[in-house]
Amino acid sequence: MDKTIKKALILGSGALKIGEAGEFDYSGSQALKALREEGIETVLINPNIATVQTSEGVADKIYFLPVTPYFVEEVIKKEKPQGVMLAFGGQTALNCGVELFRNGIFEKYNLKVLGTQVQSIIDTEDRELFVKKLNEISVKTIKSHAVENVENAKIAAEDLGYPVILRAAYALGGLGSGFCDNETELNLLAEKAFAYSHQVLVEKSLKGWKEIEYEVVRDCFDNCITVCNMENFDPLGIHTGESIVVAPSQTLTNSEYHLLRELAIKIVRHIGIVGECNVQYAFDPHSEDYRVIEVNARLSRSSALASKATGYPLAFVAAKLGLGYGLFDLKNSVTKTTPAFFEPALDYIVCKIPRWDLSKFQGVSREIGSSMKSVGEVMAIGRTFEEAIQKGLRMIGQGAHGFVANREISVDDIDKSLREPTDNRIFVISKAFKKGYTVDQIHELTKIDRWFLDKLYNIFNTSKELLKLENKEQLSKELLRKSKQQGFSDFQIARLIYKENVDIDDASALIRSFRKELNILPVVKQIDTLAAEYPAQTNYLYLTYNGTHNDVKYLGDHKSIIVLGSGAYRIGSSVEFDWCSVNALTTIRERGWRGVMINYNPETVSTDYDMCDRLYFDELTYERVMDIYELENPNGVIVSVGGQIPNNLALKLDKSGVKLLGTSAKSIDNAEDRHKFSSMLDRLDVDQPRWQELTTLSEIYEFVDVVGYPVLVRPSYVLSGAAMNVCSNDSELEEFLKLATDVSKKHPVVVSEFIQNAKEIELDAVADKGEIIAYAISEHIEFAGVHSGDATIQFPPQKLYIETARRIKKIARKIALELMISGPFNIQFLAKDNDIKVIECNLRASRSFPFVSKVIKVNFIELATRVMIGEKVSPPNKSAFDLDYVGIKASQFSFSRLQKADPVLGVDMASTGEVGCIGDDTNEAILKSMMSVGYRIPKKGILISSGDTKQKAELLSASKMLMEKGFKLYATGGSFRFLEDNNIPATKVYWPSEPDRKPQAMDLLHSKEVDFVINIPKNLTKVELENGYKIRRASIDLNIPLITNARLASAFINAFCTIAIDQIQIKSWDEYKS
Amino acid sequence: MQQFKPATLYLEDGIEFKGFSFGYDQATDGEVVFSTAMVGYPESLTDPSYSGQILCVTYPLVGNYGVPPDKIINNLSSFYESEKIHVRGLIISDYSFSYSHWNASKSLGEWLKEHKIPAIFGIDTRELTKVLREKGSMLGKIIPEGTDLEKIEDPNLVNQVDIVSCKEKIKYGSGNKRVLLLDCGVKHNIIRCFVNRGVEVIRVPWNYDFTAESYDGLFISNGPGNPNLCTIAVDNIKKALDMERPIFGICMGNQLLSKAGGADIFKMKYGHRSHNQPVRMAGTNRCFITSQNHGYAVDNETLGKDWEPLFINMNDGTNEGIRHKTKPFFSCQFHPEASSGPTDTEFLFDDFIKLL
Repeated sequence: MDKTIKKALILGSGALKIGEAGEFDYSGSQALKALREEGIETVLINPNIATVQTSEGVADKIYFLPVTPYFVEEVIKKEKPQGVMLAFGGQTALNCGVELFRNGIFEKYNLKVLGTQVQSIIDTEDRELFVKKLNEISVKTIKSHAVENVENAKIAAEDLGYPVILRAAYALGGLGSGFCDNETELNLLAEKAFAYSHQVLVEKSLKGWKEIEYEVVRDCFDNCITVCNMENFDPLGIHTGESIVVAPSQTLTNSEYHLLRELAIKIVRHIGIVGECNVQYAFDPHSEDYRVIEVNARLSRSSALASKATGYPLAFVAAKLGLGYGLFDLKNSVTKTTPAFFEPALDYIVCKIPRWDLSKFQGVSREIGSSMKSVGEVMAIGRTFEEAIQKGLRMIGQGAHGFVANREISVDDIDKSLREPTDNRIFVISKAFKKGYTVDQIHELTKIDRWFLDKLYNIFNTSKELLKLENKEQLSKELLRKSKQQGFSDFQIARLIYKENVDIDDASALIRSFRKELNILPVVKQIDTLAAEYPAQTNYLYLTYNGTHNDVKYLGDHKSIIVLGSGAYRIGSSVEFDWCSVNALTTIRERGWRGVMINYNPETVSTDYDMCDRLYFDELTYERVMDIYELENPNGVIVSVGGQIPNNLALKLDKSGVKLLGTSAKSIDNAEDRHKFSSMLDRLDVDQPRWQELTTLSEIYEFVDVVGYPVLVRPSYVLSGAAMNVCSNDSELEEFLKLATDVSKKHPVVVSEFIQNAKEIELDAVADKGEIIAYAISEHIEFAGVHSGDATIQFPPQKLYIETARRIKKIARKIALELMISGPFNIQFLAKDNDIKVIECNLRASRSFPFVSKVIKVNFIELATRVMIGEKVSPPNKSAFDLDYVGIKASQFSFSRLQKADPVLGVDMASTGEVGCIGDDTNEAILKSMMSVGYRIPKKGILISSGDTKQKAELLSASKMLMEKGFKLYATGGSFRFLEDNNIPATKVYWPSEPDRKPQAMDLLHSKEVDFVINIPKNLTKVELENGYKIRRASIDLNIPLITNARLASAFINAFCTIAIDQIQIKSWDEYKS
Repeated sequence: MQQFKPATLYLEDGIEFKGFSFGYDQATDGEVVFSTAMVGYPESLTDPSYSGQILCVTYPLVGNYGVPPDKIINNLSSFYESEKIHVRGLIISDYSFSYSHWNASKSLGEWLKEHKIPAIFGIDTRELTKVLREKGSMLGKIIPEGTDLEKIEDPNLVNQVDIVSCKEKIKYGSGNKRVLLLDCGVKHNIIRCFVNRGVEVIRVPWNYDFTAESYDGLFISNGPGNPNLCTIAVDNIKKALDMERPIFGICMGNQLLSKAGGADIFKMKYGHRSHNQPVRMAGTNRCFITSQNHGYAVDNETLGKDWEPLFINMNDGTNEGIRHKTKPFFSCQFHPEASSGPTDTEFLFDDFIKLL
């Protein structure tokens, strides 16, 4: 090991975004653990305050700063580390590292890059170098030949071998592109392609090829292993992050598996990886031909998945290898006796399924393809493919109960939906089977390997058998067992047998008890990396019906506590709940209990088997939680730290006799059920926006007549505003209600008045038997109307009347007492002047728990957990009003990944992640946090379209500041007049709807004369939206910073006009004394 | 609902596992062993080293890619490791009745039936593996419903090598160098590894006295069962040790060479059968992932003074190969020819050929 390293710097990945999510919290945390074990002081730069890695005790120094070359250099200057690790913070850290290397910063500060060297990283990142590098060892890559005429196109095609794909170079939207199977087709298409462009690219068509990945580890002694291989269910053409993936590969023979394994090792040796790396292949389904797609010289989403799929801690081992260890020096962390130099043998199959949230975006295309759109993923473990995929389809949490027995989806054109995949193609396959499509037909349309389709067909066949029955008496033991072995839930079986004739909850209960009578129970199996070859004390578990014996002996001493995790990351529920879960587990264990985790998200730290005494990598459904509860016989279950999924299970678990720790299920229901909650507020004399429960349209119109538009429409049991919307007129209302009732039949839709220009305030708190013991009040920068998950939040509040704060506390106390809250909770308020209304209350940890906990340095989850396990907790001796600094939580949006989506904020949440930064004042904290989510300080011009009069006024002083700072201002019609009236010089520009008038807004964007866009939607009229949409979308597509909210724009402008970047303090978290 | 024929696996200690038959409808017996390899059932089943054994595959999903065609060109099987299936029975968890692969000619079940090999699915193979791990490899029998088998024969009491070895001399390939291959149950990929490197191979029966033959190097193959039953071969190898021509052995070959060099062999509790066995080249930092299939091992402590360990198993410290301190003799316990398994150590063939 390298003894010269006393202090090492690790770069994090910043806010969660599409393509870069929680997996890097997991890998970073593992790397930090590995370094600390060696006694190396660790410095972490990561502005993502909700992560586990930015928690106390994980790194020695934590900087909540942007992961950009400027800030990283400043930290290097200050901390003077000897080594730096670039492989654990995703593409963000890698890109930043490459730039620092190119600028000579590492050399300048004599900083050693630990692990894979930057030149090797560059060799894998630069397409041309990569192809060259692999050519050196005769490894095939995907090549394209650029040709200038049809004749040369023919020669290229001959060389590559048909079928080929032609692409017209420099043509947008794939014009002139297509497949050719032979020379005749090529002649025709090439001619067309040259009509669009003078250059045409000829590539070998790999349509329908399999996509296979290998995770490879190499040490500095040149020892290599492949820890895991994975096969995509979806053939080439769909980004691996968008594909259903299984591990290990299922359709490869021995010679294919080892051909690709051998190549992977050859590549990794040639490139010179030290640590971990991922090799992706396209593989011909009709021969052993292959192409290398890419190599990721860093920890990746796939490596996190591979770690969870095998139990092999890739990031931990990679960090150790970076320090100069050999694989032979390290132990297998599961067996603790055998070495880390081995390749895990699995005795199960895992299935990863992406989670999309495309319905949250206006205008976005639902087709999936070569770019990533999914926001999270799940991993299901089983001992048959059928079992794993059905589990997985339930886990993604979008209403599916498995592959079959779901609510009927409507598909206009099944052939097309199979051929052109969307986020719900798997359910189109289910539908196609129902319509009589054969496996071969579906294979022709989708190119999905027949093996996978045959397995899905098995599920479909079983569902047909069940559908023939009418009651459980007709259900044979064999069929029931087979169904369970194929991953059917009790719910699915019940729905198929009892149809709509019996209440589904009752029917599921019937199946469950019948099944238990017949002794058809799941067994618990361990994940031990060696397929039971050696004894292992592993606590990493899953449940399966494909087995007869439990691997685990249960003590039944009631000394364990089950924590329900957060499930798949999605918009509205993400790494913050993982932080909460991990902290709950840590507290439980510190207090002498055994912590048991149930979760299935491979991107998390909570599913690291080191974090708990037992990890059940399994479903968070009522059925599975009950199975585990009955096996574990724990002291109790915590449902309030994993977000909405566990919260929604509370009532049902309680009814089944599960002991819930903390606030009672009845109280949870009283807070979740809008109706009950509202009458409670009335009873407590607490104000709330006027609302009514919807039963008929005419009633609603009467209500709207009273309160007036706009109104907020939403069903109860919402997650991050799913199917919640503001409606400004009758037609919008009618349109939206159709969608809303589609979401949930059980809980009625609620319409409430929408109060404009009100402040939104949040209270995060912990109570013990109704008495608040800790609380944090924070304020939104934006006015109400922007979802709290998208809003920029300031803590402690800087612009709140003391009177307002006092009233909020008073209301919170009343509510806490009334609901007898024991544990974490969150209330959202509206404040206009000192008039306060309650809009929502959640009796669980909220998104902002890690943020407020880390800013005030009081761990709210630790307090809440101690309350829930029955300890007497004394209130912390700290007040937010005494803090000498400010925290700002800003949201990260991924609009650039979501083609065509309108990047405008509303009551429905759209952000995929967040950061939290601390500053000496609001301006500094705003600047740090905005830069952390990708905003750059403008240097040239600013384009302003400032919305309605109120918004314009809001922006006036900010505009003056910009003028004084010498920025060139451009403004569209009304905004221009407004600026002119206020003596602020600006250039008038024309809307996209007036394309002939110059200067044209779009031209300014394309020529990059503008490097900051403020575009506030004025109203919802169509033409306004069209114009605004075009400018907003162009800003995103051209990577020009865009703000669509006047108050946030003002705050940001104020910040960068008040302090310069070099005035920003480079202070670690512990330097802010609370 | 499709009906399957019930079948039961009985272990000699009385433990039973119930499943369904998907192979040949007949009872079978043998030594029950497990392998943790995740791919390569056609290769494993035709590996002569499994002679006398019932194989439990710990990877639960089996049969996915069917089996390749049974092509034999110049005495060499194109896709298999020998001319026939050598396991006596197969135990798995989840059988893929439908298979999918461009090179498949039939399903695993059909192939097993053709070769009259019984097989059982629906078994908790992980539990069975744990039983075998704790109690050691055991005798057992697979009994499809309606069939019967009274006694279980212990295959380790029979000379399995004699059963699977060729009966007469066979010549493969051509080249400047000639390797004499002492066949204890050789896998065809070993022969392919030589032939593809331009070496002529003369394959002779295990008990053949090859000392008078003309060859450049001696190769001692892998093979099934108890090496202590191969005294004739050991005696012939002893003679070869005096002749100074290079010797290379694999698996059983490692054990026979060790015995010829004076070392002892012991039966392991449950053997090494997998694709992920880590070995380290003694005295170096070079480590390899290897494919293995053996139930006996060389006792490192008993190696003669002229010999030293060449490879050591990193999991349990057992011997994985030996070499002579001065002469060109070496062998490995693992399978550098892989098939099935990782190919990391194929360079040993090159090392051997360089010595010729």
